[in-house]
Amino acid sequence: MKLPRWFHQFGSPPYVYRLADRLCPWLGGLGGALLAVGAVWGLAFAPPDYQQGESARIIYIHPQTAYIGMMAYVVMAVASAIGYVWRLKLAHAVAVSAAPIGAWFTFCALFTGAVWGRPTWGTYWQWGDPRIMFEALLLFLFLGYLALREAFDDRDKADRVTAILAVVGVVNIPIVHYSVEWWNSLHQTSTLLAEGGPAMTTDMLIPFLIMVAAFTLTFYWLLLRRLQAEIVEREGDARWIRELVGEGAR
Amino acid sequence: MSEFFLMGGHGAYVWSAYGLTLAVVIINVWLARAKLRAAPQRARELATQAEAPRKQPTVRRLQ
Repeated sequence: MKLPRWFHQFGSPPYVYRLADRLCPWLGGLGGALLAVGAVWGLAFAPPDYQQGESARIIYIHPQTAYIGMMAYVVMAVASAIGYVWRLKLAHAVAVSAAPIGAWFTFCALFTGAVWGRPTWGTYWQWGDPRIMFEALLLFLFLGYLALREAFDDRDKADRVTAILAVVGVVNIPIVHYSVEWWNSLHQTSTLLAEGGPAMTTDMLIPFLIMVAAFTLTFYWLLLRRLQAEIVEREGDARWIRELVGEGAR
Repeated sequence: MSEFFLMGGHGAYVWSAYGLTLAVVIINVWLARAKLRAAPQRARELATQAEAPRKQPTVRRLQ
């Protein structure tokens, strides 16, 4: 299969590096501002839930961090597949950059879920609960991916082998998402993607969506900064990198 | 004001969730920045590692 021409631009490290430099101030600035606005709104101004009370304020960070973890995995799997099929080094660099971010945010989702579960279900953790188990598996897929990379001295070999793990593991993503519908779980079904529209009032929905946007922008800031570092590491002896570093840019 | 921090008895859960999330965001920003800052040095290390075996002559040159 032949790739479209615009795709080749995204395979060019100098182009992507400079594009990241242009995008990051916007992603970081807007992401940071929305995180602050959403957190204050969710904690102080959104109403408490009529059943769960104040603990429901965790809804402004828990689903969002869980979604970032899943998005990071999808980014990692798609980039891995592109890197594997078309031998595009930059795609592998994207996959490597997404993995640690995904691991951190999945851990964050598990933690915020546990402290929400205690007042709501009466337990922090339930072994065998499908949503919790598959979300934990997601964390282990990220950690396994990162550990497997460490087993190789040769970066190209590490890229290709871990790409297979990333692509195979992507089956876990729909399982995580639908686990609350396919099986009995302590976990509630999706509030935002509920049948017949979001199952929350507008004064909760607005800060909820602000936080979705905030975490998404933050994720792409993190991804692009890590990608830039990965590009410099991989293309270290290229002239444009030496010129860039010689300028004392960072 | 203290009512706000107590969160109707759920303060420990709400604040630990928000606290950890804030920490994760800050740690990630710091890690990404540190990685970018260290990248040129790391590139040089990787380059010398790759060159090192080639510097060792495997066949002795004929006199």
